[in-house]
Amino acid sequence: MEKKRVVHYINNFFAGIGGEEKADIPPESRPGRIGPGMALAEVLGDKYEVVGTVICGDSYFGENIEVAQEKLLSMIGDFKPDAFVAGPAFNAGRYGVACGTIARAVEQKFSIPVITGMYEENPGVDMFKKDLYIIRTGNSAADMRVAMPKIGALLKRMMEGEEILSPEAEGYIPRGIRVNYFADQNGAARGVEMLVKKMAGEAYVTEYPMPVFDRVDPQPAVKNIKKARIAVVTSGGIVPQGNPDRIESSSATKYGIYSIEGMDMMSPNDFMTIHGGYDRAFVTENPNLVVPLDALRQLEREGEIGELVNYFVTTTGTGTSIGNAKGFGEQFSKKLVEDKVDAVILTST
Amino acid sequence: MKLELGKIKIKDVQFGDVTKVEGNVLYVNAKEIETLVLEDERLISAKVELAKPGESVRIAPVKDVIEPRVKVSGNGGIFPGVISKVQEVGNGRTHALVGANVITCGKIVGFQEGIIDMSGPAAKYCPFCSTYNVCIVIEPAEGLDTHDYEAAGRLAGLKAAARIGEAGRNITPDEVMSYETKPLQEQIKQYPNLPKVGYIHMLQSQGLLHDTYYYGVDAKVMLPTVMYPTEMMDGAIVSGNCVAPCDKVTTFHHLNNPVVEELYKRHGKDLNFVGVILTNENVFLADKERSSDMVAKLAEYMGLDGVLITEEGYGNPDTDLMMNCKKVSQKGIKVVLITDEFPGRDGKSQSLADAVDEADALVSCGNGNVIINFPPMDRVIGTLDYVETMIGGYEGSLKPDGSIEAELQIIIASTIANGYNCLAARGY
Repeated sequence: MEKKRVVHYINNFFAGIGGEEKADIPPESRPGRIGPGMALAEVLGDKYEVVGTVICGDSYFGENIEVAQEKLLSMIGDFKPDAFVAGPAFNAGRYGVACGTIARAVEQKFSIPVITGMYEENPGVDMFKKDLYIIRTGNSAADMRVAMPKIGALLKRMMEGEEILSPEAEGYIPRGIRVNYFADQNGAARGVEMLVKKMAGEAYVTEYPMPVFDRVDPQPAVKNIKKARIAVVTSGGIVPQGNPDRIESSSATKYGIYSIEGMDMMSPNDFMTIHGGYDRAFVTENPNLVVPLDALRQLEREGEIGELVNYFVTTTGTGTSIGNAKGFGEQFSKKLVEDKVDAVILTST
Repeated sequence: MKLELGKIKIKDVQFGDVTKVEGNVLYVNAKEIETLVLEDERLISAKVELAKPGESVRIAPVKDVIEPRVKVSGNGGIFPGVISKVQEVGNGRTHALVGANVITCGKIVGFQEGIIDMSGPAAKYCPFCSTYNVCIVIEPAEGLDTHDYEAAGRLAGLKAAARIGEAGRNITPDEVMSYETKPLQEQIKQYPNLPKVGYIHMLQSQGLLHDTYYYGVDAKVMLPTVMYPTEMMDGAIVSGNCVAPCDKVTTFHHLNNPVVEELYKRHGKDLNFVGVILTNENVFLADKERSSDMVAKLAEYMGLDGVLITEEGYGNPDTDLMMNCKKVSQKGIKVVLITDEFPGRDGKSQSLADAVDEADALVSCGNGNVIINFPPMDRVIGTLDYVETMIGGYEGSLKPDGSIEAELQIIIASTIANGYNCLAARGY
């Protein structure tokens, strides 16, 4: 049976090229294994082969991310990899960021299992833990003989398509991904048990630590609203009749941009709502309740606002993940900026 | 207040000339049920179909699930203020046809109705795959307003369940459970050394198609109040809502509230279950502030040491959940929350729409955004026409062979946020 091909990424230091004075070396590729790759090969065993090692100086990578990444991806591709290991980087910050960056790029480009390892305080952890399996390591290379067997073991399971177990079982840093399972007792029984412990002052473990939200600071007031170009953005699910882009009623994965050019109001003949989280009856009759085009046109005529752009941006807010919502905002705000929009009215429901 | 609940275990359901229970088999006269439902002129068609565990059957779009019960002795009747006259319930004796359910389905009202599979890989997420179901497929009169259609559908199910429940009146139950909660002061004295525990029960009340009724009162015009837990077992609370299907607290779940059940199990052992605080989940901020203030005040007034709080729905009501948690905690009362999670299909986003530091003890009822594959079924009760626009469905969800790919939240009560199921989520 042909051995599965593993490619390994390390920095100048672990390649034995040199320390800080060699941190500016550009990417290079070598056949076979080097330095920590020896330990990796040992843990992987006979069915897998570390076929190549790619190396880059930490400073070079940090200062030339795009060039370095492109060059490294090309070198990695030449080895026809089945899997990819970066590091481990322990507590080396620049190295951690490089390992995370290249590992994620390899996964995106080649769709193969990738893995890295870091100390929990390495800045690369927060940047990449949601995207990658990062084995939890000690804070220095002295931990290599403990870390590498964990990396090897998890990589093999990934390559064999086995179910990846919990962070504790596999030794990776929790990725913050919520995965379903069937507990032994129902939620009510677990809840009562947790309450009894909490009241008694005994230790208990919450099943979901509270999330952190990034709050957006309010922007300064619009200087001259009478000259301002205004756009409406809504999470109220208003779409053209028939919902041409098939935006979901809940947990939206897309948004739409629709024309209001030449319209004085939102006619129920032209627009509908597909939002699954509120009583739609009133809005079905009068979509202006959510996209207040009637009032805005009047303000436009009276000169109270400069002008309204000729479209609105819309999605369904109910159940839509923050990840998706953030993605939508990042995309359409570019268009708003390009179209010289000064201010946006966000309507929710 | 003391209720004896006689459980008649139903092990099969069949059509018959008379609606009756005999040898643990429920016989249903379909004509009788259809005639009863069609007394409401807002409905033009009603068809009874049976669905049993293990059958290749898919039921959709499901509106409500109701366990048939009958009041045998004590005040009032089942579903007071809705089907029976308004009269206090929760005392005396009630019989339940355990293992049988009435399920209302048919053309959707909104987007919020869901799916039940009686077998296959999706069945394990739904408690009703293992019950003997009397499904009533209804059809509204043409041009019927959605609110009227919702009301007609809701009443059809409750009426049918009450009628079928009558079949259990004179049957000797297989098991009789006894539940008792005394007036507050007496209840506290009964177990003076045990911590006093309450249950804060949040009812969905975001507006039409998201409503719940307590003795016939719409929860959104109700102020928080205190109730005996046994009132629920006689149907004092009924579901009128169509929140996301996975989250729907069906009328079955109001009759069989899992938190009430668990608290009674440990009542007198390691806690003293003194009562239920009922509150709502309104959409206006002023209502949220007022209701959560009153919840905290009632909890303090009752002298509680600890509470469990459950919610119905996700997103907007997460705010009510967190306000209740914060304000009750600030009274020095220990709080545990039970809810479900919506972190997106990749599981990477925040699971809740709101958070407070006080929410340090939470039980998860699972991630509703996970994508599930439903194989085709031999028989569909209702229709699959709306799958792609139902909550949890999306473009391309329904395949030509009748199989479905959709988020778990399309399944009725799959991640219900009151702790009825064993499904949970954990961090990976």
